[in-house]
Amino acid sequence: MHLDEKIWLTLSFGMIMIFMFITGYQTFALEMGPPSNNELIDPQKVDETAPFDEPGIKQVGENEYEVVMTLQVFSFNPMDIEVPAGSTVHFILTSKDVVHGFEIAGTNVNAMVMPGHIQKITQKFDEPGKYLVLCNEYCGAGHQVMSTTITVK
Amino acid sequence: MQTSVSQNKLVSGFTDKANKALGISKQDALISKSYLAVAFIALLLGGLLGLLQGLNRAGLLELPAWLNYYQVLTAHGILLVVVLSAFFTIGYFYAGLSHTLGGLLPKVRKIAWIGFWTKIVGFVLVVIPILMNEASVMYTFYPPMKAHPMFYFGLALIVVGVWFLAAGAFINVANWRKNHKGEHLPILAFFATGVFVLLVGATAFVAVEVLFMIIPWSLGWVDTINVMVARTLFWAFGHTAVNIWYLTAVSAWYVVIPKVIGGTRFNDYLTRVVVIALVIMNITGGFHHQIIDPGISLPIKFMHVFMSLAIGFPSLMTAYAMFRVFERTGRRKGAKGALGWIKKLPWGDVRFLSPFIAMAAFAPAGAGGIVQSTNQLDQVVHNTMWIVGHFHLTLGMSVVMTFFGVSYWLVPYISNRVLTPKMNKLGVIQTIIWTIGMVIMAFSMHTAGLFGAPRRTSYTTYGDFSASLGWDPYMAAVGVGATLLLVAVIIQVYAVFNMMFFAPKGTTEFPIAEVEADEAKTPYMTERWGVWVVVMLIVIAMAYVLPLTDMIVNAPPGSPPFKTW
Repeated sequence: MHLDEKIWLTLSFGMIMIFMFITGYQTFALEMGPPSNNELIDPQKVDETAPFDEPGIKQVGENEYEVVMTLQVFSFNPMDIEVPAGSTVHFILTSKDVVHGFEIAGTNVNAMVMPGHIQKITQKFDEPGKYLVLCNEYCGAGHQVMSTTITVK
Repeated sequence: MQTSVSQNKLVSGFTDKANKALGISKQDALISKSYLAVAFIALLLGGLLGLLQGLNRAGLLELPAWLNYYQVLTAHGILLVVVLSAFFTIGYFYAGLSHTLGGLLPKVRKIAWIGFWTKIVGFVLVVIPILMNEASVMYTFYPPMKAHPMFYFGLALIVVGVWFLAAGAFINVANWRKNHKGEHLPILAFFATGVFVLLVGATAFVAVEVLFMIIPWSLGWVDTINVMVARTLFWAFGHTAVNIWYLTAVSAWYVVIPKVIGGTRFNDYLTRVVVIALVIMNITGGFHHQIIDPGISLPIKFMHVFMSLAIGFPSLMTAYAMFRVFERTGRRKGAKGALGWIKKLPWGDVRFLSPFIAMAAFAPAGAGGIVQSTNQLDQVVHNTMWIVGHFHLTLGMSVVMTFFGVSYWLVPYISNRVLTPKMNKLGVIQTIIWTIGMVIMAFSMHTAGLFGAPRRTSYTTYGDFSASLGWDPYMAAVGVGATLLLVAVIIQVYAVFNMMFFAPKGTTEFPIAEVEADEAKTPYMTERWGVWVVVMLIVIAMAYVLPLTDMIVNAPPGSPPFKTW
């Protein structure tokens, strides 16, 4: 092996390790890991199972809200949420039918929502405005209309 | 015993020489011709459907109800990711095995034909329900969406077909090794072995998913399905599949391109190490498609970030190897200075130009891949157009442009015809149009994805949100890219069939570069495929046993089938 190849491969290896280190630090030290909630639900009994028997938004602290939401073809329940600027919102999500995606465009909120699993993701909304919520996993003929909004006032 | 071995050697030595002198035998050529013909017909159809999608997403074309966007997208994915790539890979490697191992064995030829027809029948069974709008489930077919059972039977047959081809390749390789004890497998056959090992490993997962989970469920024998397990098994296959097409392209980079530019190939030992590394580490990479899934713990996801990033290492070795070969060859041709060798490369030769652009595209494509297999960065781009841009760079440029470049000598080689200067010029034009189209499309897709535009979604403005989020100009550019690409597809398909049936008769060489004269002998260890397969299985077990067991033991009540289109 030539010297320049050794240097190249050392740099390559180093780059991968730096990526690993930063990813690990963010995941475990800064708690920025990707949404990975591990709670189960019977996908055929979502409407009868708490907390999804009462989907909606409720205040759980100062500037803190909890949104219990079901995803189904081709809608979100509840739709068109409003929160004050500066709120932290905890989303608790599950699907009543096929696999859906939960994305808030322009933010880092992006999670897979699968039948049988309860997914959780949190976002702080500082900038006032209207945010687009959309399903980003193909879910059927009306997939392109599956969207709603979050208004931050 | 001894005499029979040496006699065998004598006979195979003779066929080796006859093969090199006379070119490929008619029967072997017909196998490769059939595979390549199917591959390029799939390219034509897939490209046409791609244009329909591009124009739809640009907001220029509304698709009729009898051929809706999701039908078109499902067919586009299957034609290009499954048919074009698999048929080209098999046609290319079977020609390579025939050339480097002294011809295919008669029984291997028979197996190759059984595999061919199994795959064709499977493919027809897949296409019928798609056309009937009974299988608009994408090529990922995630349960609990349920297509017509015929769709899954078709997929199962395609997998069985792949297994026939793999078995044929292994038999031919084993036979050669028996007659060449202690020798290293010719390098192209070595790549082929790696590719077929991976194909069997990857399709095993999807076979379990389709045969034992989806088919009984789609027929109504069981009521529900474990969505998470099905999805995990799919990605163990899905990601590996695209990496197999990439490994096929890499084989041409290491073995063929040095010969085309008049040089020698990179160090034989390191080349084989790269193949082995890609085989061992590949299947575990699939998990990064599930980084934002529920039900998988953070430590498991972190382990999989490592397993995915590790695949980047052999690719970085390849990047070095390619430029080293280019520089060495250029200097031998009298290049001066640090970068003078660039001028010595045969830029006007499509057999070099197209694969070179393919390699260059792998720099941003690989970097994008590293980005999206890390936790937080994936969360930003998961299921957005960024991902679509990524695999149009990796597959649409790195893999497919290599295949195009290969076609300009492989098709004449198996057809006993030649590449004319005129056809070469057409190939260069085709390469340029394809490159411009793909660069426009991939750049626009990456950008729109960063702004949040979702993938696999037919034209929608989300009530004018698309304008304020800045997607529209980029989606329009996707339409422009798709139009250019279809022009390039038509030229490419014309070129292939012209070279197959109408080009002037003559002998074309199968370009395989020699090693450097003073190179140290490669240790025999590289040839111990039994060991590498065991190591591969251990790595797969490390990656999958724990999470899969967890998904099965701690499963939620299953999901019934849905048809949502």
